[in-house]
Amino acid sequence: MLKRAQALFLSLLSLVVSLPLAGSAAAESAARQLNMPQGVTEVSQAAYDIHMIMMWICTVIGVGVFGFMFYVMYAHRKSRGAVAENFHENLTVELLWTIVPTIILIVMAVPATTALMKVYDTQNPDIDIKVTGYQWKWQYEYIGEDVKFMSELSTPLDEVYGRAPKGEHYLREVTQPLVIPVGKKVRFLITGNDVIHSWWVPDFGVKRDAVPGLFTSAWARTDKPGIYVGECTELCGMGHAFMPVVVEVKEEADYNEWLAGKKAEAAEYAQTIGKQWSAEELMVRGEEVYDRSCSGCHQPDGNGIPGVFPALKGSPIALGPPEGHIGVLIHGVPGSSMQSFADQLSEVDIAAVVHYERNAWGNDVGDVVQPVDVLNYKQSQ
Amino acid sequence: MAHGPAKGIGRWLFTTNHKDIGTLYLWFSFAMFLLGGFFAMVIRAELFQPGMQLIKPEFFNQMTTMHGLVMVFGAIMPAFVGLANWMIPLMIGAPDMALPRMNNLSFWILPFAFAILTSTLFMEGGGPNFGWTFYAPLSTTYAPESVNYFIFAIHIMGASSIMGSINIIATVMNMRAPGMTYMKMPLFVWTWVITAFLLVAVMPVLAGAVTMMLMDINFGTSFFNAAGGGDPVLFQHVFWFFGHPEVYIIILPAFGVVSQIIPTFSRKPLFGYSSMVYATAAIAFLSFIVWAHHMFTVGMPIAGELYFMYATMLIAVPTGVKVFNWITTMYKGSLTFETPMLFSIAFVILFTFGGFTGLMLSVAAADTQYHDTYFVVAHFHYVMVAGAVFSGTAAIYYWLPKWCGRMYNETMGQVQFWVAFIGFNIAFMPQHFLGLAGMPRRYADYGLQFADWNMVSSIGAFIYGGAQLMLLYNVIVTIRSGAPTSEAKTWEGAEGLEWTVATPAPYHTFSTAPEVK
Repeated sequence: MLKRAQALFLSLLSLVVSLPLAGSAAAESAARQLNMPQGVTEVSQAAYDIHMIMMWICTVIGVGVFGFMFYVMYAHRKSRGAVAENFHENLTVELLWTIVPTIILIVMAVPATTALMKVYDTQNPDIDIKVTGYQWKWQYEYIGEDVKFMSELSTPLDEVYGRAPKGEHYLREVTQPLVIPVGKKVRFLITGNDVIHSWWVPDFGVKRDAVPGLFTSAWARTDKPGIYVGECTELCGMGHAFMPVVVEVKEEADYNEWLAGKKAEAAEYAQTIGKQWSAEELMVRGEEVYDRSCSGCHQPDGNGIPGVFPALKGSPIALGPPEGHIGVLIHGVPGSSMQSFADQLSEVDIAAVVHYERNAWGNDVGDVVQPVDVLNYKQSQ
Repeated sequence: MAHGPAKGIGRWLFTTNHKDIGTLYLWFSFAMFLLGGFFAMVIRAELFQPGMQLIKPEFFNQMTTMHGLVMVFGAIMPAFVGLANWMIPLMIGAPDMALPRMNNLSFWILPFAFAILTSTLFMEGGGPNFGWTFYAPLSTTYAPESVNYFIFAIHIMGASSIMGSINIIATVMNMRAPGMTYMKMPLFVWTWVITAFLLVAVMPVLAGAVTMMLMDINFGTSFFNAAGGGDPVLFQHVFWFFGHPEVYIIILPAFGVVSQIIPTFSRKPLFGYSSMVYATAAIAFLSFIVWAHHMFTVGMPIAGELYFMYATMLIAVPTGVKVFNWITTMYKGSLTFETPMLFSIAFVILFTFGGFTGLMLSVAAADTQYHDTYFVVAHFHYVMVAGAVFSGTAAIYYWLPKWCGRMYNETMGQVQFWVAFIGFNIAFMPQHFLGLAGMPRRYADYGLQFADWNMVSSIGAFIYGGAQLMLLYNVIVTIRSGAPTSEAKTWEGAEGLEWTVATPAPYHTFSTAPEVK
């Protein structure tokens, strides 16, 4: 019985010892990764280094302590005729095993402190990006560039619920990734809109809580272009597992081109607000928006979840005057999980989704809500 | 001998007998353990594969929340209060607890608290879904209606814990047998006294936190609402000022149990008794000044982060002292490996392993990566399950013969141990890898790269769950048809007053105080 315990323990130990080897092989693909990623920034490297130092110290102490323990369990068993001695204290030994660990800890504290200084070194950034956590998506705003967009999960619900085969990037893909250039110090100013979220990119060693009413900051600078995937790590409601972080690091020229494209998009969009949309166009766009931003709570069939999220099908607001309906989207419902979408959705999207909700699942108001109505509503507030 | 127990259900409803109340606590906590375990099985079944198969994400969140709450407040804490009720009077030579009627009350409000808490699952809008740490504003502005019932239940549990603790403190301070000086008390009694002081100190803090929530939700205050001038981070400070001592509340009595069992099966006195007492006190003190290490990613100033990191690392010192003492107790003993000893040794190994990961977590820079991932889940299950639950199981096998006058089946006990030990490690060892590879905790669904280890972990969890049914079976079979034993001293190497009374322990013991030399 004891031998089995020993064998099992040794196999566990060897697993732990083999961690670093497994980790280095899996730098690119996260598949079957066992260890912390080394990542691509100074901070992630520092976190990895101190992690490895700690793990090795613990492993060495563990081998020593447990090795001695297993020796005792083998040598001093009654079945081998061991007779118990009666000693029960020894001041020297007791002092020693208080003082030695204290010294080891002080030694550990030195690299631990240096590593932490790196995490906090957020001064003098080249680019500032504001990151806002929403239930359940991220908004990225390039400060001073007039570029702002939402980044949401793009994995279809059918894949989640097993109605379609899961793609390669299941839950690791978004509508628009955050894009940053190589070689620039990027500072992330992180906050939350509703509940607390946490913005994590393992390969950057960046994890900071997105707390409503508070800004936290973190930074990254990398020379390796690529796509880096992270997650929300603070429980934020039912969509917690469904708001990944995707960051694309581009060469500087590509980044500038991308940024210029974004600005042009914004300018182009400004013109569509004034355009008259047809009911069909609004329905198509509205359904897209609804599936992405509303169906999580109000459900794809508009029935909501009784007691938690109200039904939109047959709801007095959806069937009432359009101003009231637009108002709910612009202001949210204070004290409930219905948040304001004024900042999350464009006027076109709000108009489309309002139109859709008024004319889907048997709701048949029949009126047409135009983007300009939303703009007018906003301006009248 | 005055009289035996009353007949019928009245015996249990109105009892003021410490043994009856201890039994009630133990059965209640086991029932909660199975309930919380059932929630865990639902979680692991859903996580068996990527994608949502069995339940919806909002129900998944209710399961993780209820699993945590029921296990911490319903299973582990009452289990150790039950052990305290049974064993402390027997260990210090007292006829009963100091405040027997309050003892009855502190138990009997618990079933109501958990009935209220569990009933929320059936309410419109569902039960608590904000995690057992219930961070605001997810637990206030964004909470389901049932949060008010949750708050009420927490208040009742807190009242129960405070009463139980006052009782233990009063008993130990006033009712020790002549000659039983403080430094002669069994270590289980010592760890419980210190735990009781921790409980009295921090339960009101928890009550304060939930009361502030109640005000925010119903009376328009803004303690935790940034829009009204409050601060969501304040909630975390208040919660963890309770929450960190809480984890020591859970583990200290477990230390006590193991410190009773290892000497018995080593046939040798506990090594370093007084340093054990001081280490326990040191851990208790440190537990008050390290709370914000749960909040390393919340954006504290670096000075605060450094302080909490250093203070947290310090805990390794007294904890290390304890581990060294246990091992040195075994050194040059005469060891046998009955079921209680097997669980205790597994406790020492796995708890120490959890301590190592705890030390790694204390390093704030690395915690940036570990925080809120499965690495943390693995860490605290190593200290809570392999710590508190293994120790509680060891205690049951160790004292069961004394309680009911029947011996459990040693083979069955050892089989249960190995199933539990192997199942536990299969369930939780892979969670370290999941966390390091980037899987956050409280995720209802995950990317495909995490599929393999999640499946392994789920299989281990099912095995471990099965082991608990074996424990239940073993206990019931022992009580009904175990081999009768009347030896006062069940175990050859056992020392202490509890082994001087008859077996099974009579309804009233130490009506005249024993003399301790």
